[in-house]
Amino acid sequence: MSSANSKLYFYPLWLRIWHAINAIGIILLIITGISMQWGVEDSFIEFKTAINIHNTSGIVLTVNYLFFFIGNIITRNIRFYLIKPKGFFKRLFKQAQYYAYGMFQGMQSPFPLSEKRKFNPLQKLAYVIVMYVFVPFVIISGFALLFPEMIIEQVYNLSGVLLTAVAHSIAGFFISIFLVIHLYVASVGKSPAENFKSIITGWHNVH
Amino acid sequence: MKKLQFLLFSLLFVLFCKVNAQTPYDDPKNHACLKCHSSQIISFQNEVTGTEMKRLMNPYYIIDTTALRMGVHKSFDCTDCHSYDYTKYPHDGNLKLQPMSNCLDCHGGDPTYAQYQFEKIDEEFKKSVHYKISGENFSCTRCHNQHTYHPTARNSSSVQEIVSYSNSLCLSCHNDMKKYELVAGHENPQIIKIHEWLPNQELHFKNVRCIECHTQVTDSLMVSHNILSKDQALRKCNECHNTNSRLKASLYKYENLQARADNSFVESLFTNESYIIGAQQFPLLKKLSYLIFFLTLGAISIHIVFRFLKKK
Repeated sequence: MSSANSKLYFYPLWLRIWHAINAIGIILLIITGISMQWGVEDSFIEFKTAINIHNTSGIVLTVNYLFFFIGNIITRNIRFYLIKPKGFFKRLFKQAQYYAYGMFQGMQSPFPLSEKRKFNPLQKLAYVIVMYVFVPFVIISGFALLFPEMIIEQVYNLSGVLLTAVAHSIAGFFISIFLVIHLYVASVGKSPAENFKSIITGWHNVH
Repeated sequence: MKKLQFLLFSLLFVLFCKVNAQTPYDDPKNHACLKCHSSQIISFQNEVTGTEMKRLMNPYYIIDTTALRMGVHKSFDCTDCHSYDYTKYPHDGNLKLQPMSNCLDCHGGDPTYAQYQFEKIDEEFKKSVHYKISGENFSCTRCHNQHTYHPTARNSSSVQEIVSYSNSLCLSCHNDMKKYELVAGHENPQIIKIHEWLPNQELHFKNVRCIECHTQVTDSLMVSHNILSKDQALRKCNECHNTNSRLKASLYKYENLQARADNSFVESLFTNESYIIGAQQFPLLKKLSYLIFFLTLGAISIHIVFRFLKKK
């Protein structure tokens, strides 16, 4: 099916639903998270409202994450996330080279997408780190902050709540940075809107 | 002979210490006042009928003898402050109208108590909402029980203990309809309801003193006594949830300065006093986050320019 200019059904419905909920939730979490950093009086969203939105989105996204996690295993979508260690850095470097200057010099994409390869090596690494390290971490630390009595009171001479809050914010920050890059890289296609259409319709153009 | 002298001396020393450790309240059951004022039921001989009578003691007049013996005034007997005429029973009703000594009558201007800054406390208290509303009727004893007072904030090494003790002083009236109305003349507002805006209310109540937000903190006074009115209370998270926090000014100051002195530079970046909301409150992390964010945007912008140029 991966002939030139053909279409692949890349994103099944369940994945698109998960992605849409995730996108809205993460944007809400980032906006309310940034707002809360300013405190009660200076936050640009009313503090109590920001907390409610943040907590609700966090809980919805946790359930959504479980849906993604289980869905990935059941549908075997997980295979696209598995990294083969042999030649891993070489492949990463090649892809980075392509993004950095290759694509401006007419170089062909070193890892064209196909039925067997949904993500290029850089994309795969970023998704694995975000979805299997950062997101679980913000979920766990977020729940810990919802139930602060669960948190260890002191870690050496540091407050456990403090450490959890800082770690949660740092992880949230990197997810925000990921989102910015993710949105930008999604615009690198035949046309800037192409990938955005794909994640809505499910169909991906293979050139 | 020398051994005997030493034994005698030791015995005298032990006896001397024991005598010194005693308070007038060591045996409440045989104390003229406490035999009634430490018990819920009093019995007395009715001279008119010639019978023994029993009555319930007014609960506000019952003294906790254990706390009394631990308090700073333990060495004083009741009649050192209360009129000697109280030794007669039934007590003369007019005795209640006699003015009582206040803290400054004994502690004011005395260099022995200079470290407690009684005059400064009085000065601050006179600016407080308590004084503005009730004037001289609001004496120190409204909050500090003169019978059982113990300087917990100075002596305790546990922040938790200091917090719960300090808050119990406020709540003894603000969470008690009768006592609050006696002073304010109206019903007490519901503490939980009026603090509804406060996130993690339970956690704050457990770990933060009321006075942290409800006083004008002065660095020179260990416990600020200028209690502010409700509308002037602090409602800014950042004032406390910040590395350069207001909490440093009083309660946590001593502990944290000590902790910082023992810490390395890296640890001091994350010292305990920063009851934090998020990473943005750390200047270093804040700068780093801006740097990473703008570098990302910069790299994307350059990429866009190259894509645009290539298209041309």
